[in-house]
Amino acid sequence: MSELPQVVQSWIGKKRHEEVGEFDVERGFVLTACSSVENGNPIYWDEETANDLTDGFIAPPTMISVWCRPHIWAPWRHEEGLSLKTHFDLKEALETPEAIMSSDELIFYEPVRMGERVRQYQVLESVSDPKTTGLGTGRFWNIEVYYENLRGEKLCIEKIAGFGYRRDAK
Amino acid sequence: MSDHSNRSLDQIKVGDELPEFPYDVSATTVVLGALATRDCRPMHHDVDFAVNHNGVRNIFLNTPNLAHWFERYITDWTGPKGRPGRMNFKMRGSVFADDHMVFRGVVDDVSQDEHGCGWVTIKVEVNVEGNTMTACDARFAVPTGEVENPWSLRGDAWQP
Repeated sequence: MSELPQVVQSWIGKKRHEEVGEFDVERGFVLTACSSVENGNPIYWDEETANDLTDGFIAPPTMISVWCRPHIWAPWRHEEGLSLKTHFDLKEALETPEAIMSSDELIFYEPVRMGERVRQYQVLESVSDPKTTGLGTGRFWNIEVYYENLRGEKLCIEKIAGFGYRRDAK
Repeated sequence: MSDHSNRSLDQIKVGDELPEFPYDVSATTVVLGALATRDCRPMHHDVDFAVNHNGVRNIFLNTPNLAHWFERYITDWTGPKGRPGRMNFKMRGSVFADDHMVFRGVVDDVSQDEHGCGWVTIKVEVNVEGNTMTACDARFAVPTGEVENPWSLRGDAWQP
């Protein structure tokens, strides 16, 4: 496990899994999300406020990943739809069946507007040498996810730190 | 409904505490949060999977939904002109169904950028039984005399 597999080395710094969300950003889902956390911010609920402050309805910035998460089933796909595929690629390539996210940073740019599609791609930034923690032995990794609309405007950069590990290697 | 109150930079100082926000998390909270973030992973809706596969005691909130809880907590305090710029989460533990979670926040920094936008950095945490489950450093834009509405900033004038 000490050598980082060549295939993983080849992923570092490269744009991977560029995909456009499978559906338009829509207000019904925004309201479901706001309801789930009892978010009464009037920019999401009241058209007059939305027009005044945000030039029309927008989505809560923290919903960004929602717009790129594939449906679990779709007629054109023969396997389960996964988001953050680089994370799952790493689990498989490094033979670490378990993984946790240790930190997540979101940097927000242009607001996400109703009717838009969101495009995302992922870049594997780094993978550590093998480490042993209380969870097991594995590697830490850093993945950046870039989100933009179809006009090419930057919406968000997400920086995710994870640890993939084997429990039985403890 | 457009008559709403907003907190401006001159009303905020380092050390200000946000009001505590307690909330009883139910299975519905967790499942609705997973649904709202389109997260079908079973540890967020299937107790048997959470206990017997993940080795935890119940289903638990997923990270994107928890991020929305933090956004909601902060914008309840800033008012609707408060615009999220950056949020950095450190996950230390999970918030389970049947937990009593408490959000707390304190202002760590206030500043104004070259474009006149006001910025407030807030250290927020969600706590269960005295333990911090997730800590978040959040940087939100708030109104100033020069930039009355941070949502109006575009392009290079927006410096999150």
